[in-house]
Formats: sequence, C-alpha cells, structure tokens
Amino acid sequence: MKSVKDIKKLYQNKELKVYEVVEHYLKQIEEWEPNIHAFLNVPYKEIEAQLTSLKEEPSDLPLYGIPIAIKDNMLTKGITTTCASKILENFIPPYDATVVKRLKKAGAIIIGKTNLDEFAMGSSTENSAFGVTKNPWDLDRVPGGSSGGSAACVSSGEAPISLGSDTGGSIRLPASFTSVIGLKPTYGLVSRYGLVAFASSLDQIGPFGRRVEDVAEVLQVIAGHDPKDSTSSPYNIPNYLENLGKTVKGWKVGIPKELWQKGVSEEVLKVLEKSFEVLKNLGIETVEISLPSVDYALSVYYIIATSEASSNLARYDGVKYGYRENNTEDLISMYKATRGKGFGSEVKRRIILGTYALSAGYYDAYYLKAAKVRNLIKMEFEEAFKKVDIIVSPTSPILPFKIGEKISDPLQMYLTDIMTIPVNLAGIPAISMPAGFYNSLPVGIQFMGNFFSEDKLLQFAYAYQENIDLSDKFPPLPKKEEK
Amino acid sequence: MKEKDFLLQIRKTAHLARLYLTSEEEELYAKQLQDVLNYFAKLQELNTSDVEPMAHVLPLSNIWREDEVSESMNQEDVFKNAPDLEENCFKIPRIMKRDEE
Amino acid sequence: MLKPVIGLEVHAQLSTKTKLFCSCSTNHDNVPPNTNVCPLCMGLPGVLPVLNKKAVEYAIKTGIALNCKISSYSKFDRKNYFYPDLPKGYQISQYDLPIAKNGYLELYVDGETKRIRLKRIHLEEDAGKLLHMGVGDRLAESDYSLVDFNRAGIPLIEIVTEPDINSPKEARLFLQELRFIVRYLGISSGDMEKGSLRCDANISIQTEEGILGTRTEIKNINSFYSLEKALEYEIVRQSEILKNGGEIIQETRHWDEKNQRTVSLRGKEEAEDYRYFPEPDLPPLLISESMVEEIKKEIPRLSQERRKYYITTLGLSPQDAEIIVSERELSDFFEETIKIYNNIKNLVNWISGEILNYLNDNKLEFKNLKIEPSKFVKIIEMVDRNEITRPTARDVLRKYLSTQEEPEKIIEKEGLRVVSDFSYLQEVIQRVISDNERAVSDWKKGKKQVINFLVGQVMKETKGRASLDIVKNLLEETLEKL
Repeated sequence: MKSVKDIKKLYQNKELKVYEVVEHYLKQIEEWEPNIHAFLNVPYKEIEAQLTSLKEEPSDLPLYGIPIAIKDNMLTKGITTTCASKILENFIPPYDATVVKRLKKAGAIIIGKTNLDEFAMGSSTENSAFGVTKNPWDLDRVPGGSSGGSAACVSSGEAPISLGSDTGGSIRLPASFTSVIGLKPTYGLVSRYGLVAFASSLDQIGPFGRRVEDVAEVLQVIAGHDPKDSTSSPYNIPNYLENLGKTVKGWKVGIPKELWQKGVSEEVLKVLEKSFEVLKNLGIETVEISLPSVDYALSVYYIIATSEASSNLARYDGVKYGYRENNTEDLISMYKATRGKGFGSEVKRRIILGTYALSAGYYDAYYLKAAKVRNLIKMEFEEAFKKVDIIVSPTSPILPFKIGEKISDPLQMYLTDIMTIPVNLAGIPAISMPAGFYNSLPVGIQFMGNFFSEDKLLQFAYAYQENIDLSDKFPPLPKKEEK
Repeated sequence: MKEKDFLLQIRKTAHLARLYLTSEEEELYAKQLQDVLNYFAKLQELNTSDVEPMAHVLPLSNIWREDEVSESMNQEDVFKNAPDLEENCFKIPRIMKRDEE
Repeated sequence: MLKPVIGLEVHAQLSTKTKLFCSCSTNHDNVPPNTNVCPLCMGLPGVLPVLNKKAVEYAIKTGIALNCKISSYSKFDRKNYFYPDLPKGYQISQYDLPIAKNGYLELYVDGETKRIRLKRIHLEEDAGKLLHMGVGDRLAESDYSLVDFNRAGIPLIEIVTEPDINSPKEARLFLQELRFIVRYLGISSGDMEKGSLRCDANISIQTEEGILGTRTEIKNINSFYSLEKALEYEIVRQSEILKNGGEIIQETRHWDEKNQRTVSLRGKEEAEDYRYFPEPDLPPLLISESMVEEIKKEIPRLSQERRKYYITTLGLSPQDAEIIVSERELSDFFEETIKIYNNIKNLVNWISGEILNYLNDNKLEFKNLKIEPSKFVKIIEMVDRNEITRPTARDVLRKYLSTQEEPEKIIEKEGLRVVSDFSYLQEVIQRVISDNERAVSDWKKGKKQVINFLVGQVMKETKGRASLDIVKNLLEETLEKL
C-alpha cells in the first residue's frame, strides 16, 4: 500500500475496509513518529468521527477513504491549528479552510496535522516551537522546510498524501530533501482561504505524494475558484489526469544557465546527470535560456515576503485569541511581551526586517524597488515560455544538510531557496520530482510550467516518472537503539 | 550604517512592530539584519525606471459580492479562544501607561 | 485681519446591509456586543476580505454628487498600526489611488456662492468599539477596557476637503449640506449623534501678509454646534498666541465638550508610521464610464437644487424651503402634492404645521409615514370648501396617518361634516341669543368683541362642527336685525 492508486484498488476489490487502511497508517505513524516527529497532532477522536460519517457517503468519491495529512498552518475546524508557534499553541479554529472542506467532501480522512517552520518561515523545519522534524532518510539531517512534516510523513509511509504550502519553495524543497513529489500550483489556482497567511502574494497550497497520479488527484479536488478568496482564479480547471501517460516527444525544455551555474554542488549535479539522460530519451529538445533577473530573486523575495508577513502577523496581539502574556501593566506592554514571547526568533527577525522595509524613508528603496524587479522576473519567465514548454533546474543547490548546520546564519539558510524562489515571484507552477540519491541522501529535480499549465506539467512529470520511479523506495525504519 | 545607529533603528522598528526584544536579541538581530540589508543593496544595480511595480500576480479586477447578509458566528465560537472576557466583550489591560495620567 | 484657514475630514458610515469585506450585518444599534461578527471582521488567522459591491456603488454615487472625477483605476492599501479595536492590526483603506477626487460642494453663505473644493473620497473599514472601565469611563482614568467588534468592518467613506473654508460658520454649513447630500443619496443616515457622520477639522491662521500658519487638528467633535464652537475657540486660542509673539505647535487637540475648549493630546500620540502598501488580497477596481453613467441615473435632485427652486421659482420663504428640504422623502412628497394642489402657501402651512407636529409628537421621521398626496390634498380641500373645520381636519389627518383609514370614511363614520344646515344653525343661534341677554345688550351697546363669546357658545352647542366664519356671519346678521 504505497499510493492512492494502490488504496483505491484495495477498496475496489473489497480487499480492505477504510478503517483497516486508516489503522495501517496509524500504525506507521506510531512506529515512525519517535524517530522523525513529523506530526504535531494526530486527532484520534476526530478520525473516529470521520470514519463514522464516511459510511454515509458514496464510495466513488475521488478520495474516498484516503488518509491525508495537513500542514498545521491550514485551519481545521475543531482541531488545534498551531502554525508550530507558541502564540497559537491552543488555538481551535471555528471553521475549515476551503481546501480542507473540499478534501472532506471528496471523502478523504484527515489523519493529522504536520510540523512546519513556525508560520511557514524557514527552509528546514528547525524553526518549529514544538521540536524539529527529522529527515526519514537520515535522522541527523533536516527534511527541508517549511513543510518538513508533510514531506517526511509521505516519505516514511506515515501517510500516502499530504498538503503543504509553498511561499518560496516550502513544498518543493522538502519534497526534494525527502525523495517525494511536491507540487506548487499557479498562484490563484488553489484557494488561500483558511491558510494562515505568511506572504499573501506568494503563498500557495499544494500536494505531496509518491506518484504523479496521486498528486494530480489531490490537485483535482482542491483546485478551482473560491468566492471566499478574491485572488483565486475564476477560470474553469482542466482534467489533470487525462493527459498522464501521453508522450512528451518534441517538447522544448529550457535550461536557464543562471540556475545551473551558481553554487550548485558537485554531488547534486552528479545525480542530475541521469535525469538529463532520461529527458533526452523522452525525445525532448533542450534549449538554453537566460533568466538574468533570478540573481536578484532572493533579495526581492525577502523584501516582499517579510513586508507582507510583518503585516499579516500583526493580528497576533493577544486580544482576541492565542497566547496572551498576563500580569502586564498596560496594553503596549502586553502586546510586546505577548509577541516577544509567543513568536520564535526567525519569525521575529522577519517581522523586524519587513517592518523596516516598509517604514518611512525605506519604502521606495526596498519594497517599491523589489516590486519592480519582481515584474522584471515575471516578464523574463513569460518571454521564456514563448520559446519552451518546460523549464528545468535542480530543486536545491545542495544536499539535505545537518540539523543545526545553518540555523545560526540566516543568510546562508535563505540561500537554499535560490532555485525555488523565482517561481513564487513569477507566480508560475512548479513540481519537484525525486531524481535519485547521493550517498543515500535524496536529490530532487524541478520542472516549471507556464501559468495554469498544471495539466502539461503533470504530463511531463509523469513521463519522467515512467523512467525514474522512486515511488517504491522507502527509507528503512531506524532500529530502536538508533533513536 | 554605523553599528550604533542601526541598533537604534532596530529598537525603533521593534517598537513599531510591538515586539519585545532582549538586549541580546537586539544585538543579534542588528548584526544579522545588517548582513541581509547589505545583500539587498544589489537591487539598486538594476535600472527599473521603465518598470511598473507588481501589485497583483493575476490580472484580476472588480472582484466583489452582492450586499446580502450571512449568518454571523455563533457566540460559542466567537469566544472559544478568547484570552480574557467580560460581559461578552474582550477584556484588555489599560490602554494608557500609568505615568501618562 | 487674521484669516482662518480650515479643512475638514469627514467620515460617513455607509448604510449598506453588510460590512465592507464580509457579509455580517451592519446593524450595531442596541445589539449585544460581538454578535454581528465573523472570522473575517474579527481578524482570525487564515481569513481573506471580499469586497461589498454596494459600498463601491455608494462611494461612486457620492463622488458624482460631489462633482468629483471618478478614478478609472482604484485600489486598496493596508494602513498598519496597533490598536485593540483594529482586529487585523491593519485597516484596509485607500492610499494613493482613491475612488474619487477633485470635486467640490457649493455653499450659499451670506448671500454669496462659495465653492469648497474636495480633495478626495475613499473607502475604508470602520474599527470596533472600546469601552473604558474602572475609576472613570475616559481613557486616561480607566483600569481596563472592553472590546466589541460589531462595528469593525462597517464601510466608511472618507471625504477630505481642501483648506477652502474660512469661518466656523462656513464649516458648519458645509457639514450640514454634506449631511443632506448623503441622506438624499440614501447612502448614509448622516447622524452625528449616532456616529454615522464624523468630522475632524484642521485649522490654521493666515497672517495679514498671507503667510500660512501652522495647522492643528481637532478631534472629538460630536455635533454641528460643537464643530462651530471648537473652531471658534481654536481661532481665539491661536490668535492670542500669535499676538503675543508665540508659535503654534503642530499637534492634535481634543474638543472637550464639557468645558467648551480644546485640549492638547501632546505626549500621548507620536507620529505614527503607517507603512502603507498595496493590499495583496484584493484585486484593483476598474471603473468604466458606463458604470458611472448607470449610477449617475440613480441620483435624485439634491437638496441644494431643490432649495433654490423652491425659493426662486415657487416663492417659498427660506425658512419654509428649509423645512421642506429637510428630508428627501418630504421634499419628494411636496413635489408630488403640488402637482394636484395649487395653493402652495397653504400646503406649506399644512406641512410645517400639522405634519411636522405629528412627526414631533410621535418621534418619527417623514420617511416612516404612510401618506398619499391625494388623500392629504382631499383633507385640505374639504377645509377650503368649509366642509370640515380646521380642528376637525387635524384629527382626521392624524387618524388617517395612524390607521391608514380613508379620510372620507373617517368623516362619514363620525359625522364630522360641518354643520351647514342654516335652519338648524338659526335655531342654535336663537337659543344662544336668548340665553345670553347680557352679552347681546353689550353688543348692541357697541362692544363688538362680544361676538366672539357668542360665536364660542354656538360652537359649543354644535360641538365645533359649524364653520366659524359662517356662524359669525349668521350671528352678526341676526344680531343686526334685533
């Protein structure tokens, strides 16, 4: 039982019942959690309730009886949603995020809330207030971030699929570090209603899975217009499954020289050589392209994302919900103490940076400038997609790093996102596919597509998967002494 | 920017953001953020005089709804996560500092 | 002469059914706290704003009525600051691309027309309410406060004038006219007491040489009267300082209604850095000319135009015109009624007398009345024809207004027609004459006023249902013959 496809077959052939499948995954969670801590919350009572109500539903729902893990920055009604932060440690939402509603309507079982970098700010899941998640392939290493928990649980087999969020690479990087598939859809394709906002113009929710078909199934359920999200695309969505398996012969694949030159480690390049062979065998044509503005992408991202975040996180003030520091003399002291204690240091660092970038005297030089360069980046991608169908790059310039290695140097940590960030700035979709291992450490390859071209992107990823298929490869469960 | 000036900037910014920082945090952030800001200086290299700032990713406009009332949140949900309540209102400490009277 | 230079910043709460960015009801009068709230207007994690189309239409309507240019491209921005009545820690407002700009309002002051230019009109959301508890109920004395979010998110329009106003009286007239306009348009109840119309003022003194002085801002103005008083006070205060060679400090001052003076808020507020940036959760507004045209069609003739028409063309006195114009519905009613009744002076008399009295007695506004022009006119005409007396008519009108029963039916049912049966009247007159010998002989002796007493006696007998004039005439005739 590895993928959604497998589980569906088991149900179809009446080999297993839903509660048996759920039990299987709960057992996996029990075995793996002491090692990797991918989950913040496995709500057994609510799972029972979901199983009961599922009995009333038709069994041909698209995700009927499929367990799915949800990153803990998406609101689940009645189930604590913490964003891995002390400031929301006991927060119980009164409503479901739109994606959660759609998944439930499709028959999926929410099996747990996964760990993340606090408020999705980070690239390693080390910034969680409730403990770091470990990479199932090497417990001394990070699973990537910020959706580390969602990636690790699919990687280890604790869940067949999960949802993450991606603002600067937070789905794709952990997918690449843990050898699973992670998709960031086009901005506006998936509703952000109920996703705790980090950077409003960059955030997107996306699926993790072991197989492209599974990722496509989830996307089919969660994508599409939501009147509750004014930035969600009003257009009809295509069928993401019907082109899977069709040939990609003759497709043009862009190789952006800027993303292959700078700082990509030898190890990563070595593993990706095989990917290039695969692509050649698919009959595609490589085209060298240039995206000169991606050199500035990191700066643009950290200015815009932190600016928006500093504003989005202002609501955590201890007045209406969440943590409040008591025994304070007056309101301002309460605000400062609550936020000073409730937020972790990466979050505070980014709030300060964003507040600074927006403040009087600095707005033009930072925020406004970044917004202009962002447009340049977007235009370069638009130009490139006139010439090519897909753009390819490594997902990460480096192998998964050790826990604690980069945590004290923020700038170094930010540099791990250098391949993924330009995608969010432009708003285009991208997927990270497992490309292989270097000394047992996973390496991922990133495919980018044009706006709202997920059907093509998935078709391409599927073709790639037919030649490099790591969906059967699970990390070995560590022996108990190795904890 | 001079170190001491930047530290003052950090303090001012922390106040704007209503964040309490210990003096260690102030110094640490001042140094880390100075590095990051120096990195941002690169942006000034680019000529953007002819470029519009991107305000929205998708070319959407006039997204709005009809003026129809929907049911409000039930009271249990409103106050479920409230840190402090009195008479169905959210209770907060005195707004003005005592020495400002 | 030192010339006051005044600018006003007015906020009007829109009378839409729902809030600006969520579908909660805007009803917050006598509603228990925190009952018209939802995750959006409470600023819960994960929520997103959805714009109320009607609020946009109302803002455009106001812009057109105030002669503004309606922007073809407009957007929202975040104004970031911390305050407990602001649930998200930022207010969604409009910064550099407001929905309307460069308009004007014409005032008639002391016989002259003056144009007050309007800089801009924009949409923004209202904040919640704070209740200060503890020793006193003012901010400075409180031990703690309570927050109610019912009001949070209600749509506001902010109207900013250029500093074209030059006297406290002008400021008051401007605000009063603005109130008429928003009420006529039906976009706001414009009620200063209830807080649906709010005003802050900026004032400076321009020296004889024409040098502009330093501005102070005045807040906490709660009525038209306070606006005028506060500005008068401030002019005196600033003039004194300048006369003594001092400097005006740029600051915000609070109008202290109780002590009728402005008080400095210095030290309590530092210049806030709002860190405005474009609202990423809301796409911009592209307002087409056809949309503007459609909305323009809905604009009724406004109070200024009607007032002018009533005075110059219909010949109403300014006071009477003011009464008719005071509510759009009343003005509409008046205009309907004069189509079927010619005696405008009489009509105005009836309106300012009977109808206004009824409204005052029952604490109603005209728009609450169910009154048809034809029925109203019927009553008036019956009085004109002496078919009923004026006092009777008053009662009939009131009954009609409260029960909606047809005036004619009321009159028939209760037999209220004037007694015009002459023979019956003669009988009554004979009786009165014979019962009041003393009065009759007084009259004969030349005390002509006594007739009023005799008329009164006849009226008493006929239970007031005789026509006063007819009775008087008949009495006189009869007395003469004696």
